[in-house]
Amino acid sequence: MHSVPSVRTYVTVWAVLTFLTFATYYIAQIDLGPWNIVIALCIAFFKMSLVIFFFMNLKAESPLTKLFAAGGFFWMILLLGQFFVDYISRDWMPCGKMW
Amino acid sequence: MTEPHSAVAEHAEHSPYLRHHFDSMEQQFDSATLGMWVFLLTEIMFFGGMFGAYTVYRSMYPAAFASTSMHMNPAFGAANTAVLIVSSLTMALAVRSARLGKQQALQMFLVLTMLFGIAFLVIKGFEYHEHWVDMKVPLFSGHWDYSNTPEFPHQAQYSHQAQILFCFYFFMTGFHALHMLVGVGLMTTILMMARHGIFSKDYFTPVEISGLYWHFVDIVWIFLFPLLYLIGNARKLI
Repeated sequence: MHSVPSVRTYVTVWAVLTFLTFATYYIAQIDLGPWNIVIALCIAFFKMSLVIFFFMNLKAESPLTKLFAAGGFFWMILLLGQFFVDYISRDWMPCGKMW
Repeated sequence: MTEPHSAVAEHAEHSPYLRHHFDSMEQQFDSATLGMWVFLLTEIMFFGGMFGAYTVYRSMYPAAFASTSMHMNPAFGAANTAVLIVSSLTMALAVRSARLGKQQALQMFLVLTMLFGIAFLVIKGFEYHEHWVDMKVPLFSGHWDYSNTPEFPHQAQYSHQAQILFCFYFFMTGFHALHMLVGVGLMTTILMMARHGIFSKDYFTPVEISGLYWHFVDIVWIFLFPLLYLIGNARKLI
């Protein structure tokens, strides 16, 4: 069926994930203003990609499965995008604040 | 006996786990994986709604959320992240063993994955207990106290907003813990199946798709950890 990744690959991915967990933890102790959240989310997205591509082995799946996985994130962007368009623009309306 | 000869011949050689509506084991495997991904997409939307609501309220009350986050214990959070990542490693190794047909290793890694999953829930339980004792449980009268303390001399002003963050905290980590419980139940089932000798090099689909579920739950925590535990750490003086 599919090729089987080596134990070394899995252990390397695990080591990187653990390193990034502690990196997130220690970087959060430093006050970087608005950059704290940006860095924390970038690290989280990178960790997520590692889990998806290596542990969940998405790169070995069929093209259809890859399309569905990408579709999931597309819908997620739509959901959050519309969410924020609504809330960010509420103050712009003449009817005043909603809260 | 009315079947054409070729169909009888196919029946004789194919795996007993190949369902009739699939042409081959590979097609059956790909369909099951695709189905699991579709389920995970609904899960992404489920947690996505909560992350979206969290972001809206956090952008409304940034100072209150940063202050309230100081009541989360990042040591517990980091330890649980590490435990979950190890459990994802053992899960990936369990799937790998199943693919290679190594039954003993498969069972060992499944047990390890379950143990790490249970360890996560136990740590989470200690954490919830700490919040209960610390009177940081909103919606329970008598278990919410956000008055000023020597350590947090200006927090009383945030009492209302702090309840919002703690509601998010309990809902999001609670639903995550529920998923962990389901995951441990799944692992128990898969372990039973493995002990009955159901899996082989040619048939390991249930191991594979349970693994997908387990890794997904890990991913949710990867986002929960920085968003709930670490947002106030850099602003110790608030």
